[in-house]
Amino acid sequence: MSAFSKGAPMDDLDRELLNRVQSDFPIASRPYAAIAGDLGITEAQVIQRLKALKARGIIRRIGGNFVPHKLGFVSTLCAAKVPEEKLESFAETVNRYPGVTHNYTRDNPFNVWFTFIAPSMEEIDANLEAISRETGVREILNLPATKVFKIRAHFDL
Amino acid sequence: MLTELEQKVVASLQGDIPISERPFLEIARKLEIEEETLLNILKDLRDRGIIRRFGATLRHQKSGFRANAMVAWQVDEKRIEKAGRTMASFSEVTHCYRRDPNPLWPFNLYTMIHARDEATCRAIARRLSLESGVDIYQLLFSRHELKKTSMQYFPEADTD
Repeated sequence: MSAFSKGAPMDDLDRELLNRVQSDFPIASRPYAAIAGDLGITEAQVIQRLKALKARGIIRRIGGNFVPHKLGFVSTLCAAKVPEEKLESFAETVNRYPGVTHNYTRDNPFNVWFTFIAPSMEEIDANLEAISRETGVREILNLPATKVFKIRAHFDL
Repeated sequence: MLTELEQKVVASLQGDIPISERPFLEIARKLEIEEETLLNILKDLRDRGIIRRFGATLRHQKSGFRANAMVAWQVDEKRIEKAGRTMASFSEVTHCYRRDPNPLWPFNLYTMIHARDEATCRAIARRLSLESGVDIYQLLFSRHELKKTSMQYFPEADTD
């Protein structure tokens, strides 16, 4: 089944390549050559295919994903109950903070859910109060994780 | 904590590395260090667990996982450990966390489910409920993406 709105569907080699670069990207001088060797194609083919997958928007980025608390940061999930007519301005206010990395509307009375990363929880609490003052939205939950059972960002294709 | 050079390396790798023959050489040149030094720091950050994952991040909507649901569960604290582990064992569950309940929001266990469509997400939630024995839950489907980006740590250390 093709899930693409445009371009040719992915072939098996694209899928194999995506599975590999998601979870086992070589930290080596010529990483794409290392992948090419494993898949039995050329370095130029790997580069060309990855560039095409990037251009089609299937790959968002290639880089590092860090554990916030090991860099001296804290992270949390926040939820807000925002009246329909305030949604746009609320999103604008919240999204201004660089520490807000993900923000979605969801179909629930708590209809705006965003993640917040900052050097301390005090800073996050202060920011949430400032957001509340600026937008008039009173109900904003701060729900930091107390235990992680699973984080997986790999999608088997 | 991190040295100044390590912070610069983190800042240089939280964006998008080039898809070219020598991506790390290009980054090392910007940092004015040797490629080998960069690779060693990168491996060390990975081994210390500071880098959770290095590699490609996909737009999962475009790779066939078009629906995502957050499921908030209300679990007896005595059973939460077992329920969390059971739910985390499902391949369709990408994230599973315990969070403190709130007077306005009594849920304390959270799972993210990615699947082809909403009906499949609902079916997976029912299976999670059956397997874990937790039957108070809410599915929250995402409607609009208002923001999705990667955290920019140490922006002052970024050489770009």
